[in-house]
Amino acid sequence: MKIAVASGKGGTGKTTVSVNLYNIFGKYYEKDVQLVDCDVEEPNDAIFFGNPPLISQKDVHQLIPKIDVDACTFCKKCVEWCEFNAITVIKNLQFSEISNDLCHSCGACIVACEYGAITEYPQPLGVISHFDTGEGKGLTEGRLEIGSAMQTMLIKEVKKEVSQKSKVTIYDAPPGTSCPVVETVSDADYIILVTEPTPFGLHDLKITVELLKDIEKPFGVVVNKAGLGSNEVYDFLKENNIELLGKIPFTKEYAANYAAGDILKNIPKEIEATYRSIVEKLLTKPSLQ
Amino acid sequence: MREITILSGKGGAGKTSVAAAIASVVQNAVFCDNDVDAADLHLIFNPKIKERYDFDSGTVAVIDPDVCTNCGLCAEHCHFDAIHPNAVEQLEVNPFQCEGCRLCERVCPENAIESVHNNNNHWFVSETRFGKLVHAKMGPGEENSGKLVTEVRKKAREIAAEINADFIINDGPPGIGCSAIASVTGTDAVLLVIEPTLSGLHDAKRLIELVNTFNIPLFAVINKFDLNPEITAKVDAFLKQNNIPLVGQLPFTTKMVESMVHGKTIVEFVPDDSISKEFYSIWKKIISN
Repeated sequence: MKIAVASGKGGTGKTTVSVNLYNIFGKYYEKDVQLVDCDVEEPNDAIFFGNPPLISQKDVHQLIPKIDVDACTFCKKCVEWCEFNAITVIKNLQFSEISNDLCHSCGACIVACEYGAITEYPQPLGVISHFDTGEGKGLTEGRLEIGSAMQTMLIKEVKKEVSQKSKVTIYDAPPGTSCPVVETVSDADYIILVTEPTPFGLHDLKITVELLKDIEKPFGVVVNKAGLGSNEVYDFLKENNIELLGKIPFTKEYAANYAAGDILKNIPKEIEATYRSIVEKLLTKPSLQ
Repeated sequence: MREITILSGKGGAGKTSVAAAIASVVQNAVFCDNDVDAADLHLIFNPKIKERYDFDSGTVAVIDPDVCTNCGLCAEHCHFDAIHPNAVEQLEVNPFQCEGCRLCERVCPENAIESVHNNNNHWFVSETRFGKLVHAKMGPGEENSGKLVTEVRKKAREIAAEINADFIINDGPPGIGCSAIASVTGTDAVLLVIEPTLSGLHDAKRLIELVNTFNIPLFAVINKFDLNPEITAKVDAFLKQNNIPLVGQLPFTTKMVESMVHGKTIVEFVPDDSISKEFYSIWKKIISN
């Protein structure tokens, strides 16, 4: 089973919930569990395992096309085919160039060129690392090359590196509701939305619910930092028949532990009980059988 | 005119709360919500929408099953793994995976593929009690959020030039990917909101590295500095090492969330509190630098 942990708003507790679920699964329910950090722009699941030993690492590249100006006839067919305005061809100046920043690596220009003037070369996209976390099958992390705008492509690459045989896979998603999030949840069987009971949290929860309904994925909600803000989020869940999987209370002490990256070892009894009840609810979901 | 972009790397660090508080202390500014994925600034600004625009995020391919011969050429060419057989073995495009490059449409020998425009994104120019606000609402799961950020920033600059504004304040997105890059490009300064947690520091470091590639000056504010003094000291040392001026420190207070619940900036909500005074001091330091 594949479970994705997502939220529209950043900082609601996706990573906290992901690493805890991973730990609880491994400790009580299923040793064959893996954690995948899909927040490739800012991956920080590893922080909560305190410098875990690296098992393997690989660099991944994006293939970027380049034009061989000597072979180019400046016919501009590639310019016509490029939907991303990434190619500039100026016949009078014998100039042709592809902008890396705008290129989506779709391959259209290469098919378009009738003169074999466009070839591809690899450009760093990021690094995929696999860490030993003690319990469970480990953590796979994607880390985007700084300056790259192709985070969705890296998430795809990360998923190719992840074992398809694991009994339980947990994806920690990036914030937001756009393409990187869709890529992360695309093959998940169930999605946990983490929110906080604040107006920003609720607003971003609503747009994420809209997204999951659009892509027809089953989901439930965990309210983190319960006790802060207002009760509006609970009314919203009731009105829309959305399951509340669990509530994790806000305490300054827990926040201070989080700050130091220390939430797994000294997990308070009641919080562990909450996670166990969340896992037990997950195990009854039809899409996770 | 100076354009200042508020960023954090990590989500939930307090970008929007800080942007809103600054709105209460700045004079003659235009505001722009660059977090088009999960925009929240309008929840505090209560905007009256004056102008509404559609944003074309590109196209999505659709296969006509009556014409398609299932030859598979499209799926072979697709670099985004967006074309798969459906339940009845008919090739189908997953609209959420499709990046709209139109290569499948061009290589299809039967002309069975059509590209459909998507106008599910909108952006607005609004009047607010703080001045003009440019903000957007993306459709769920949409592509090209970076392009939409560029679009709203362009409009904010036009307005700023028209009304002779002294400042543009951009409330930025989380992360360091395409939206963050689009909100940093060409701005005059970045105000980094950093929370004293290991994840917050880790994410801020990656953001700083990105901003440095653009040679844009940075200022920093530590939010919830009293959460974990040890980590705050680490953050402080890191900022000093990197010559990033620390222009303010904000304490943890539940009043921040309460002000949000009341649709007010913290400065409006508790004008006499020390946290509000800190914002006047932060702003003074930014403009005198």
